[in-house]
Amino acid sequence: MLNAQESTITTAASAACWACSAQLEAAALFCAQCGKIQPPSGGNFFAVFELVPRLNLDLGMLEHQFHRLSRKLHPDRFARASAEEKEWSLAQSSLLNDAYRTLKDPLARTYYLLKLNGAEIGEEFAGRNRPENEMGTSRVPADLLEEVFELNMQLEEMRMGRKMGEVDEQLQSDLKQAEKKFLGLEDEVDEKLHAEWTNWDEAAESGDETARDAAQKSMIALLDRRRYLSNLVRDVTETLGE
Amino acid sequence: MAAENTKNRVVGIDLGTTNSLVAYMEGSTPVVIPGVDGSNLVPSVVALDSASAEGGRPTVTVGNSARKVLIETPERVIYSVKRLMGRGVSEVQSELKFFPFRLAKDVEEGEVPRVQLGELSFTPPEISAYVLRQLKRNAERFFGAPVTQAVITVPAYFNDAQRQATKDAGRMAGLDVLRLVNEPTAAALAYGLDRAKEGTIAVYDLGGGTFDISILKLKDGIFEVQSTNGDTHLGGDDIDNLLLAIALDEIHSEHGVNLRQQPGAVQALRKAAIDAKIQLSSAPVAHFDIELPNGDRYQREIPREVFEDVIEPILQRTAAPCKQAMLDAGVIPEQIDEVVLVGGSTRIPVVRQLVDDLFHLGARGKKPHIELNPDEVVALGAAVQADILAGASKATEELLLLDVTPLSLGIEALGGTVAKIIQRNSTIPASATEHFTTGVEGQTNVAIHVVQGERELAADCRSLARFDLKGIPPMSAGLPRIEVKFLIDADGILQVSAREQRSGKQAQIEVKPTYGLTDEQVEGMILDSFDHAEEDFAKRLLIEARNEAETILAAVEKAPESPAWAQLTADEKEKIEAARKHLVAIKSGEDQQAIRQATVALDQATRRFAELMMEAAVTTAIRGKTMEAAGDEMGDNIAAPHPMAPAEFK
Repeated sequence: MLNAQESTITTAASAACWACSAQLEAAALFCAQCGKIQPPSGGNFFAVFELVPRLNLDLGMLEHQFHRLSRKLHPDRFARASAEEKEWSLAQSSLLNDAYRTLKDPLARTYYLLKLNGAEIGEEFAGRNRPENEMGTSRVPADLLEEVFELNMQLEEMRMGRKMGEVDEQLQSDLKQAEKKFLGLEDEVDEKLHAEWTNWDEAAESGDETARDAAQKSMIALLDRRRYLSNLVRDVTETLGE
Repeated sequence: MAAENTKNRVVGIDLGTTNSLVAYMEGSTPVVIPGVDGSNLVPSVVALDSASAEGGRPTVTVGNSARKVLIETPERVIYSVKRLMGRGVSEVQSELKFFPFRLAKDVEEGEVPRVQLGELSFTPPEISAYVLRQLKRNAERFFGAPVTQAVITVPAYFNDAQRQATKDAGRMAGLDVLRLVNEPTAAALAYGLDRAKEGTIAVYDLGGGTFDISILKLKDGIFEVQSTNGDTHLGGDDIDNLLLAIALDEIHSEHGVNLRQQPGAVQALRKAAIDAKIQLSSAPVAHFDIELPNGDRYQREIPREVFEDVIEPILQRTAAPCKQAMLDAGVIPEQIDEVVLVGGSTRIPVVRQLVDDLFHLGARGKKPHIELNPDEVVALGAAVQADILAGASKATEELLLLDVTPLSLGIEALGGTVAKIIQRNSTIPASATEHFTTGVEGQTNVAIHVVQGERELAADCRSLARFDLKGIPPMSAGLPRIEVKFLIDADGILQVSAREQRSGKQAQIEVKPTYGLTDEQVEGMILDSFDHAEEDFAKRLLIEARNEAETILAAVEKAPESPAWAQLTADEKEKIEAARKHLVAIKSGEDQQAIRQATVALDQATRRFAELMMEAAVTTAIRGKTMEAAGDEMGDNIAAPHPMAPAEFK
């Protein structure tokens, strides 16, 4: 109900140019007739770049588009425009920046696209802080249980040692080893994710919903593992760096 | 026609801790606008004259003339006020340990601090506004027309409150601040203007009171900042304070004199410390030689090695921000193509050594960029950005600056933790939308505490503001859905809007900034509203034009006494006399433009004479006298300031 309401609002917005009344294309940033900037129409991040939602993106092209659109939309271009145009430029360019930041980052892009497709997933990497102590045992991947238990003991020992002003070199090198290992595991996950990107994109292209759902499901699990690993690596790096 | 041009003129201002400058774009070149004294730098020093005889309000002076008062009446002078901008009472209190000025007695915690200046007290933005107004006047005098729009630079690592305070200062000075630009980014613009460069550059900016590091990617005229870091509490001032503290301690222990209670003596010693610091950038050793109130002399030699050891801990504090910035930008030193040095403190050789080490420059056969004067480069870049904003200029139409927010924006969550909603180094404008609801049946208010910083606990971050969402329709707990949009604009300042989604009502937001002035307060502090000595614009320009005419005429009248006069040809003397007569004839008239033109004509006619005198002065100096003494002997007016003096590029 709520969603339906929201979507009617967004599609109804600005069908005609405010300045010359010419008919606008969907999600138009500028009027094709008079070139004036338009109020934001609530398009998604892919639409901002006039892209079909896909996971494999040409990053060079994305940057090029980002620069091209920035030149047109940035508030610097509207320093002496009317108050309304200034406000739209602010809204449009912040949307552009948010979109670029999300799409250029492989993990953020994956989260975003899956959520756009209605997937229910945990917190994102970018834009969120992990609440303290969330790294509980409930979501520890089963194959890592033993190692994580061991690692947490070592981390605790290291922190205690630091407090006392001692550095156990053996412990330090063990932790460095562990960090390396978990970084390697991250790379493995990333590789698998990339393979699923292609599966997802192809399924979306051919309209094969079963294949797409399968890829989606697999990616959700991979992202869960990826998040778990990166939190681990962060903890180790922080403890070593203190 | 000309009026149309000047109406669109936007100037670029570097509002520095130690010195401030104003610049503009002359065609495709940014140029610094000199003050009446011919100097490009206006010291960021504000002094209050002793109450005038007419019983009027004491007048405020700014710049070199204010600096002269510093040693005689330190209680009537304020400097380095940038360090106090956007800060709270207790922060300012601890900062003032090193300064001769104090907080006003009636200031209470939670207020914007006011600093005592003679019998009056001012907030930091008001003091900055006086500096800005001086720069505005310098520009108006230069153009012969009002200047109302400006770009002002701020340290990249300035937080929301510090930025807002700077914008407030602009408004108080009668300036419409079109944009705040980060100082290192401005420097990059000044350097990148004439070369169609591509690549990654780092800007290392160690100024009087702040340190910034920014890493930018240049491509197709787009200056895209990748990351920024810094310390808004680190600069040349800290080096001065350290040298000063050492000298004070030594004087106390060796001569039994405690100068700390004598502000005038402390200022004299501070000046000696600054001179020694500057000398050590070129000489291997500097000397202190100060006469103490008890007749003793404090004499001390400072070899450069000792100086370098002493300041090492201060300089090391710039290393961690540089490393973090590279990490955040995802680059290693080898990927940085160029390093640009900005700020007077980068003249110190050991600073350059540190930069070389941090970015592996020497090893790669590279050198940092120092071609543009490090004191002026930020103002020049501000002028470039001003030109971009003014639009329709060939020189800058292809350029665009994409800057980032230096600090993460977060909201206080349950248990005092911070939920980050906009990460640091996000390109601005940046936004985040959050949804809030109520926890109690029928609740109509929701409070949101917004903070800036990287720490996990809200108490460890910088409190930015408390927002009170009001007028929520009474509903069951958890049912209202309030959408709050946080937007960091192109100045790096937060804007917030909210909407209750079920009712579609725009929610009311009451903002309580943690540090900073309300709109009404700023309105009441607009300088000209209480400065009844303010002349109307045309009248002021006329008076200034006449003063300049008098200055140059006095110098020319003295000229025949100088040995340099004999070196001029009869033709040159004749031309000077003709120009002099013309100026004398029109200087009492009402046409300021004509007076100004005649002044410039006379100045040009006497240019070779001025050069001859300068040569003589240098020769005198070599004969064992100081340059300053030589200047005194010849009177202050020898090198009559050329009103249109071009910027010096060193």
